[in-house]
Amino acid sequence: MTKNILLLAHLDESGKGLPKAAGEALGAAVELAKQLNASLAIGLIGGDVQAAADSVANSGAQRLLAVTGSDFAQPRYASDLLAADALCRAASADLILAPATSRFLRALPGLAHRLNGRVDTHITSVQVTDGAVCATRWFYRQRIEGVFQRDARPWILLLDSGCHEAYRGPSGKANIEEIAVTLPPEARHTTIAGIRAPKSDSQTIRPDASLLFVAGAGWTKKQPDGKSHPEQAETLILDFLRASGASLGGSKSLVDQSGENQAVLGFMTHLNQVGQTGATPRHPKGLSTCCHGEEPHVVGWRFINERRAINLDPNCGWARGKADVLYVADAFEVISKVNKLLRKPQT
Amino acid sequence: MSNGYHIVVCGSVVPDPLQTLEPIETPAGPALKNEMLLPAVLDPWAAHALYEAANLAAHAAGSKVWLVSLGAKAKLQQVMMTIAQKVNFELVPIDGPASGFADAHAMAALLAEAIQSIAGLDRSRLLLFGGWESASRGAGVTMQLIGERLGILDQFQGVDQLTVQPDGTFEILERIEGGRHQVSLCQGPPALFGWATGNLPEPRNNPQIGMANMRAIMPALQRAKTTAPAPDAIRYRSASPPKQQRQTRIVKNLSAEEIAREIVAWIEKA
Repeated sequence: MTKNILLLAHLDESGKGLPKAAGEALGAAVELAKQLNASLAIGLIGGDVQAAADSVANSGAQRLLAVTGSDFAQPRYASDLLAADALCRAASADLILAPATSRFLRALPGLAHRLNGRVDTHITSVQVTDGAVCATRWFYRQRIEGVFQRDARPWILLLDSGCHEAYRGPSGKANIEEIAVTLPPEARHTTIAGIRAPKSDSQTIRPDASLLFVAGAGWTKKQPDGKSHPEQAETLILDFLRASGASLGGSKSLVDQSGENQAVLGFMTHLNQVGQTGATPRHPKGLSTCCHGEEPHVVGWRFINERRAINLDPNCGWARGKADVLYVADAFEVISKVNKLLRKPQT
Repeated sequence: MSNGYHIVVCGSVVPDPLQTLEPIETPAGPALKNEMLLPAVLDPWAAHALYEAANLAAHAAGSKVWLVSLGAKAKLQQVMMTIAQKVNFELVPIDGPASGFADAHAMAALLAEAIQSIAGLDRSRLLLFGGWESASRGAGVTMQLIGERLGILDQFQGVDQLTVQPDGTFEILERIEGGRHQVSLCQGPPALFGWATGNLPEPRNNPQIGMANMRAIMPALQRAKTTAPAPDAIRYRSASPPKQQRQTRIVKNLSAEEIAREIVAWIEKA
């Protein structure tokens, strides 16, 4: 039986607020605590957590714990692990919910080992069924959805972003219980040197965009004039991204071309790759261009609600129930005209 | 580093991404229909880890690469026929389940035990490599659990680049949100790296490397211990493929101008 739920969160990059995913995990934790009639505590990790703690002061959490200080301001496995360990022990938590951020995905699996507990990640929902806590996640890269439960406690669940309504409540004055953690020398072997954006003339990955634009290898293939036009493709795609605010994804065959000495789009990296061995982004809409829509790529579209595709092949994968609309057309022509329309002032 | 690195790569086998996967119920929980008949490949991100390991070993004299692989013996043999032609490594096979539904904690215990039993492994020079997530379970937790069992405190996930600095320290690029990288500096081994794609292309098949590797791989496979993971309290209520099949509207007879107008209207619709 679950008695103590802990919502673990870290500060966002600004060092002041909580990441969006933490608000969503808190929303799930508040709901779960009510359903299970369990106590809820919030554990925060960061340099100075007062503002973030104030923002969740009225969430109904009975305790607000924190590990703070400059040692815990930046994401690092060893320090995040020690901080999370101290918070979990202080809260005597048997169910721990946390956002599936890169920081926690790195550190919290190790925490499960230290607590002699269990961990599951990329959780898309948590519900109470027949009195038991059940979690849902995808297996085989979004190809099989599983619902499962565990008896072992503590159980750590990392919730994917975009799967639950975020907690929204008025701010208040939080009474923080500081938990003292001293880092041993071996936890300082790694230092954080900063953040590096990919080599690109503009940031093309926008997780909060309402549209995903996917470019396939067809953009770099020979066109009706017998030549490939990667420069024109680059211009068209970048113009489209600027005008629409879309996030850019790529098929594996396109991003792999840079390693094969073929014509490439300079701004496309492996970070843009969508599919079985790439990302599975969440956007309300997705537009695929010059991509065949084969299964290993389309599994990366699992969380794209409305899907349209432009392809010259009417029998491509998108035509087989994977897109809502398939336009059989030349993407160079269509995107060029789309860009003109998007640039045109609205009348 | 004068003595080089001891690089252990953890990598399992997964069904070929082009195969259709259908879950079935078994007394032991969910499994894949005809799992043993599905062609298998080395887990893609683990394969990148292996190529990065071989590249690093080639540039640090005295280094050695082991591939610790958990899977059904027949599947491991099939996959090794290809992978052994790519780069030099010594295989440490474990004959056991490679299912995505198997519990990561039990798998990590088996893998850590196998690593600890490697003869001649110098843990002070150990670099533990693997994929940051598998193409089966896709949880991204097994490596950290192994690292904890081996006492490795410097851990990195979603690694795209590892650069050895002139003083022997490492600069690591890890993927973070928004298509960016966190840059970390690590004093050196032992350390753990869960690789994303990295920067290296897949090496071409080299039959000479293959023949040299297979001389040790076949006896290792014959000696592979059959293991069963400790039973865990994970209980599946259901495992099912997505049911949604879209009714695709195929538009063939519109001009580029008309299609563009339709797309813009769709994009701008709230």
